[in-house]
Amino acid sequence: MSTYAQKKGFGATIWDYLTTVDHKKIAILYLIAGGLFFVVGGLEAVFIRIQLAVPNNDFVSAGLFNEIITMHGTTMIFLAAMPLVFAFMNAVMPLQIGARDVAFPFVNALGFWLFFFGGVFLNLSWFFDGAPDAGWTSYASLAMASKGHGVDFYVLGLQISGLGTLIGGINFLVTIINMRAPGMTYMRMPLFTWTTFVTSALILFAFPPLTVGLVLMMFDRMFGSNFFVTTMGGNTVIWEHLFWIFGHPEVYILILPAFGIFSEIFPIFSRKRLFGYSSMVFATVLIGFLGFMVWAHHMFTTGLGPVANAIFAVATMAIGVPTGIKIFNWLLTIWGGSVKFTTPMHWALAFIPSFLAGGVTGVMLAAAAADYQYHDTYFVVAHFHYVIVGGVVFAIFAGTHLYWPKMFGTMLSETLGKITFWLFFIGFHMTFFIQHFLGLWGMPRRVFTYLPGQGFETSNLISSIGAAFMSLAVIVLLYNIIMTSVKNVKVGNDPWGDGRTLEWSLPSPPPFYNFKQLPLVRGLDAYWLEKMDGKKGMTPAEPLGDIHMPNSSILPFVIAFGLFVAAFGALFNMDDKAWSVPVLIIGLLITFGAMFLRSVKDDHGFHIHKEELIDDEDKGVKA
Amino acid sequence: MKRLAKWRLLSIFAILSLILSGCGEPFLSTLRPAGEVAEIQYDLMKLSTLIMVGVIVVVMVIFFIVLFKFRRKDEKIPKQVEGSHKLEIIWTVIPILLLLLLAVPTVSATFKLADVSPMDKKGSDALVINVRSNLYWWEFEYPGQGIVTGQDLVVPTDEKVYFNLISSDVKHSFWVPAVGGKLDTNTENVNKFWLEFDSKKAEEAGDLFYGKCAELCGPSHALMDFKVKTLSRDDFDNWVADMKEVKEPAKAETDLAQQGQDIFNQSCISCHAVTPSNTTPPEARFAPNLTNFGERSRIAGVLDHNEDELKNWLRTPEKYKPGNLMTDKYDPLTEDQLNALTAYLMGLKVQE
Repeated sequence: MSTYAQKKGFGATIWDYLTTVDHKKIAILYLIAGGLFFVVGGLEAVFIRIQLAVPNNDFVSAGLFNEIITMHGTTMIFLAAMPLVFAFMNAVMPLQIGARDVAFPFVNALGFWLFFFGGVFLNLSWFFDGAPDAGWTSYASLAMASKGHGVDFYVLGLQISGLGTLIGGINFLVTIINMRAPGMTYMRMPLFTWTTFVTSALILFAFPPLTVGLVLMMFDRMFGSNFFVTTMGGNTVIWEHLFWIFGHPEVYILILPAFGIFSEIFPIFSRKRLFGYSSMVFATVLIGFLGFMVWAHHMFTTGLGPVANAIFAVATMAIGVPTGIKIFNWLLTIWGGSVKFTTPMHWALAFIPSFLAGGVTGVMLAAAAADYQYHDTYFVVAHFHYVIVGGVVFAIFAGTHLYWPKMFGTMLSETLGKITFWLFFIGFHMTFFIQHFLGLWGMPRRVFTYLPGQGFETSNLISSIGAAFMSLAVIVLLYNIIMTSVKNVKVGNDPWGDGRTLEWSLPSPPPFYNFKQLPLVRGLDAYWLEKMDGKKGMTPAEPLGDIHMPNSSILPFVIAFGLFVAAFGALFNMDDKAWSVPVLIIGLLITFGAMFLRSVKDDHGFHIHKEELIDDEDKGVKA
Repeated sequence: MKRLAKWRLLSIFAILSLILSGCGEPFLSTLRPAGEVAEIQYDLMKLSTLIMVGVIVVVMVIFFIVLFKFRRKDEKIPKQVEGSHKLEIIWTVIPILLLLLLAVPTVSATFKLADVSPMDKKGSDALVINVRSNLYWWEFEYPGQGIVTGQDLVVPTDEKVYFNLISSDVKHSFWVPAVGGKLDTNTENVNKFWLEFDSKKAEEAGDLFYGKCAELCGPSHALMDFKVKTLSRDDFDNWVADMKEVKEPAKAETDLAQQGQDIFNQSCISCHAVTPSNTTPPEARFAPNLTNFGERSRIAGVLDHNEDELKNWLRTPEKYKPGNLMTDKYDPLTEDQLNALTAYLMGLKVQE
């Protein structure tokens, strides 16, 4: 991708990426893997819309349809949206706080490879008698009744990739707490770093409940325990609680970084400081906190009783307040600004009405008594696609265009970017707006077909046509990426011209050690302050000295690969296959062997010497 | 003049029907409430929509102002504003007030819809129906009346009907959109709620509401429909009386039907009952009760109620409801056997 890599030949480049512990390269890995899964999940979405375009369609069978919706949801949430968000966190957050890398570079690489192998494992279910078919929520009674190995792939795949996400989150927390540059106080951190911080805290508290739920289900399905077997005194509602105690914070794990990206875009392209910075920080923390108090609004119809429903209804409505604060702050950031309509700004501006629509239906859904009508209908499908696509996916597209130069040193075509935007924007609203009405007219979600004569025909067709527009948009984006990489026109430090935060003070892409000298941060929007004072770059906070860097290592890859192998053994052990136990043991040996090796072998990293850094300066930065 | 008035009336009706078509079908749509519960929920929807449209208007006005007014015209650096406490307080307090406006009716409605106290009162004459959901079919038991039926729920209008909901296999959800919101049928506990069916609205809907399963339950989740037949209280009492009269399996009336009954007794009766009394325990009722099969509105919940569709269903149930539990439970039927069985089943009626 970069010139640095191209000089090295293909095999060496692959090896470089397999062994890298550099946050910028790990970001690229997250971007590629997440993008790949995004395309897979998108194809699944297209199949769903083809099947539902006309009543009584037989494009896919009923059983296959359930597999497709399950994999669409699971892939998009766990394997596309989260890794893509992680890509930007990895690429940008350390630069924004003025750090040379994350706190634990080795663990960062391990996190990626665990996610990647978990995701690959889950998707391999397509080739082994069927994908999971109990919905991305995998409610226990249906998941327990599901035949074949689909649900086992779900349980094991998510365990592995969830482990990766969890250690990634912990890593970011430690990084932000410990590795901020001199002068970078908490209240000077860019909003994207703040949202990364709060998101990581959410990951830390939200993933353990999921892990617990998955372990219980794994024991039920593989080792004959009865946590969810009602006839043996088990309880399936427990799964719903565990899943949503994770699942609700999960949506904030996705949306907060999206808020962060937009909070960067609005000031940059309005040339104006973020309006109400401290209230934005406060709102972010509050959303993160309240996010844990509202999970049961996914269970209003489970029969928890009016007291629980009323409490969770009011708590849910309360989240509307900090979210509203954010919307108004963004609008007031633009107010009085000097707005340049770049591609990222297109996405950011379109995000406001789109997300607003998702937000207000969210408040409508919070009204418990009315939710009995909305729940599990296309109204809910419309709602969460407005929030997740209108919020998170818009942010991912915006972030891709915004940070592409910082990650790859080249600028995506603005013209193609705007074509992508308009196609996607139109397609998105066409697909999902009408679904609100489908739900209100009585169409349940997750139906593989519908009978004619219920008033669903026209609207479903419109919805399916919209999906075609979105697919076109993604194709244009891919074309844009390919063309940009082929042309390979390099750009400077601050290609948008109005960068405000530290990452724009660095070359694009930054050298592998990021900062030759750690910068001195004098306030919010540190780079902008320096520019306004007429300076070219940041004032260093330290004299030029040796830089301590970590060594590359293949061990993260090996550790994750071992678990991947072990998961196959565990899964096929259910069929009493003779080879399953040896495979399980070999897999675990690989993992624990690699961990042992890592523990006993001292790896002190290496130093870049002062002289080399000075040489770099003479030659221009090569990386 | 009279003709003009007629035209005016007609055009009003035309416009009205156009608006109503935006509200969905009267037998299915939550936007055409046909009972007290749906009415309460519809009112709540309208209130929340109204408040939210207000919010949207305010935001969009600001949005379009900033969109058009602050385009970059020169390279000047705009004034860097930190924030405004006054504005921030305004857009914190006003949303809180708006949400309170919504929260109060929400809480009150939530408690109202959960009030099932008449169910448990001694000597109460409230109608209670036990709903048991099964992989792709519904059973409706009237414990007070001592009858069991399936697929077509029969209810009296203009009174509160109370429901006990449970599932026999995986979780489903019981939903009659036009009449009221859904409640899940869990596998471990009984959920209770009530619905009320409005006679006037029921008439508009042809006295037949569509019911749906709203929780993913397997391949045929989409086909787990049921119907609700609404009757006046008197007609309902008659129906109950007619049902209760069937003490023994009804005798077939023709020779063909008699052959069908013989086949039925051999192959089907171990799962399907043809008497409405509920002597078998719920766990042993493996398939819908067929006492009044001839009077049902659909076959298997989704196919038109006629002999051809019945034969199609009996030939290959898997084709019409993938994953159903009837497939392969009986030997393939010859065309003669199908004719006989169809004649028998279509003749199963309790009301003439």
